[in-house]
Amino acid sequence: MKEHDDSTPEQNTAITAPVAEKGLSRRSLIKGLGAASAVAVGSGAITGFPMIWAQNIKNVTLRQFGTGVSNLNDIARKAKEDLGITLQLTALDSDAVAQRAVTQPKSYDIADIEYWIGKKVFPSGVMQAMDTTRLKNFDKISPLFINGKLTADSTIAQGTAPHTVGFVESADSVKFASEPTRWMTLVPTIYNADTLGIRPDLVGRPITNWRDIMDPAFKGKTSILNIPSIGIMDAAMICESMGEVSYGDKGNMTKEEIDKTIAILMQAKKDGQFRAFWKSFDESVNLMASGEVVIQSMWSPAVAAVRSRGVECRYQPLEEGYRAWGGGIGLAKHLSGLELDAAYEYIDWYLSGWVGAYLNRQGYYSAAPETSRQFMSEDEWGYWMEGKAAQGDILSPQGEVMEKAGAVRDGGSYEQRMGSVACWNSVMDENRHMIRKWNEFIVS
Amino acid sequence: MRTALANISHLQSLPLALTLLVFLVFPIAVIVTVSFWGYDSYQLLPAFIFDNYQYLLSSSVTWQAYLNTFKYAVITWAITFVLGFTVAYYLAFHIRSTRMQTLLFLLCTIPFFTSNIIRMISWIPLLGRNGLVNSSLQSVGLIDQPLEFLLYSDFSIVLAYVHLYTLFMVVPIFNTMMRIDRRLIEAARDAGAHTWQILLLVIVPLCKSGILIGSIFVLTMVMGDFVTVRIMGGGLRASVGVLIHNEISLLQYPAAAAGAVVLLATVLLMLVAMFRLVDIRKEL
Repeated sequence: MKEHDDSTPEQNTAITAPVAEKGLSRRSLIKGLGAASAVAVGSGAITGFPMIWAQNIKNVTLRQFGTGVSNLNDIARKAKEDLGITLQLTALDSDAVAQRAVTQPKSYDIADIEYWIGKKVFPSGVMQAMDTTRLKNFDKISPLFINGKLTADSTIAQGTAPHTVGFVESADSVKFASEPTRWMTLVPTIYNADTLGIRPDLVGRPITNWRDIMDPAFKGKTSILNIPSIGIMDAAMICESMGEVSYGDKGNMTKEEIDKTIAILMQAKKDGQFRAFWKSFDESVNLMASGEVVIQSMWSPAVAAVRSRGVECRYQPLEEGYRAWGGGIGLAKHLSGLELDAAYEYIDWYLSGWVGAYLNRQGYYSAAPETSRQFMSEDEWGYWMEGKAAQGDILSPQGEVMEKAGAVRDGGSYEQRMGSVACWNSVMDENRHMIRKWNEFIVS
Repeated sequence: MRTALANISHLQSLPLALTLLVFLVFPIAVIVTVSFWGYDSYQLLPAFIFDNYQYLLSSSVTWQAYLNTFKYAVITWAITFVLGFTVAYYLAFHIRSTRMQTLLFLLCTIPFFTSNIIRMISWIPLLGRNGLVNSSLQSVGLIDQPLEFLLYSDFSIVLAYVHLYTLFMVVPIFNTMMRIDRRLIEAARDAGAHTWQILLLVIVPLCKSGILIGSIFVLTMVMGDFVTVRIMGGGLRASVGVLIHNEISLLQYPAAAAGAVVLLATVLLMLVAMFRLVDIRKEL
């Protein structure tokens, strides 16, 4: 239940804590506090770091939902501490997120969704574009999300590259703009490059390519993920690496490409190549840690989770490059007034560094690497972002030892990893056909 | 006077009628309506088209999924029936004191104090390649290689179903057994019937309604399930429910609705057939 559901829009701008008390006239209070809050909003813009966040948003509750990766209670706690706002988090799997974003637009204030989900959700008109001029940290956002190029000479990867769905043409438009505009759909929060996870102690040979997952030596000991929209991409990386199928755009396959890919998967399944297909983070961790599989598609923190159980696990960089994904937070259409202000403030805070450092320490990347550096030690920055050997123990955000001194991150530096993205998670034009074929594969 | 009474009884049935209308009839009507709609990747397009059904009924995926689902349903039904009947028989005829009966019956329900997901997942560490079963069998020397079929297979799926649903067989059968007039059994024995003859010719026919109710529970639950298949099948197996769930999660509601309508029709047909076999009103 939100604090001020019963207030009219014009009242929204200046409701503060005492409103909740009985006997005070809401209207008289607002008159007095209006000026004060205006000052508070203004002051944020002038000061540098550490920022003084607006005071009038103190008791606002924002309901955010998204995938488990970035819906972290620590972030909600810190937001309460720094901004005073209460974040109610709901974590769902990515399919459920897409579903809820479209079908229950009133049930959330902030959607934390992946870009490929955004490509589905935003055109349905349930969200509103963000005015980038209201975000002080906008220019700190990695160019990967602005023009798709990490460095000036990098090539743009296939699939739903975030910058292609990152902007719309105007405040009310639901049409994605071909180049950066003032109106952003999602402010990036978290992203990473995915590859195969392996058990170096059990595979018994160097793994260098995506096709290695199809090696008969690993029969019955492999797994891929059973989220069709992502699984098909891993499958495409594998088939391309095998030389069986060549793709125009792995993120937007033709019917024929889909059919060929699924046919290869079905044959492999029939031959008993796969042990299981996983759908959730912990399933993948358990499959790997228990030794059910020795090579599988995996997510970075799942690798860390396997290692934290004392089981050797490597996030193997592969010749063909990574499959990348990225998420962002966007505003629900119904947000207005004070809530909208609070949401902007929150998003700006998200970019201001603390959250970024937190996410970097988990093995993800933050949207504004520059700001997060201030919140990380030199050693942490070196290990996570620059691919240097750790000087001391590398701790997780919860303070557990993740890596000992001397460890080097699998895949190397930020530029090495995010610079060799082959394909972004995406949603295809032939999505319906793809799902049908995927179902066929699962049933077979 | 008669009409007044009739009115009162109509009035009395109103709450139930309304509840059913709002929570059963209305949702099903919506599902049926939506099943004729079109859709694209992020929205539903109101229409009256048969595409969803056409694909559904002509696709080999559907047939295979139905085949799988029936297979699970029949195997699960057979095992839960044998187990459930045996347990109920033991409770009803071998345990003499009512207190002991109640106690043992409650014992049967204890696993149900936790959620069925947890009961299901707890099998995984047991059945895995390096799980308890395999490692103990290996250490005893019965097998050299771990048994792979224990987990992520039809075996593990049926095992979970049996674990989850046997009680639903036990309860109604136990209930009807307790109503059997013990003098009938005595009479049968006096007339020279064997234990087996008593069981087959006296007890089983008198338990028909309990068996039917238990069978309805088990069959409908297996037909509509998707979680067990997904978790215990490791995503390698699919039932009708899994297909519908996949479509829902990808916002393909019309396709999912069509799937649900066909599944509902199938289950209803099964129920009609079962009610033909046993006149449940007469038996109760």
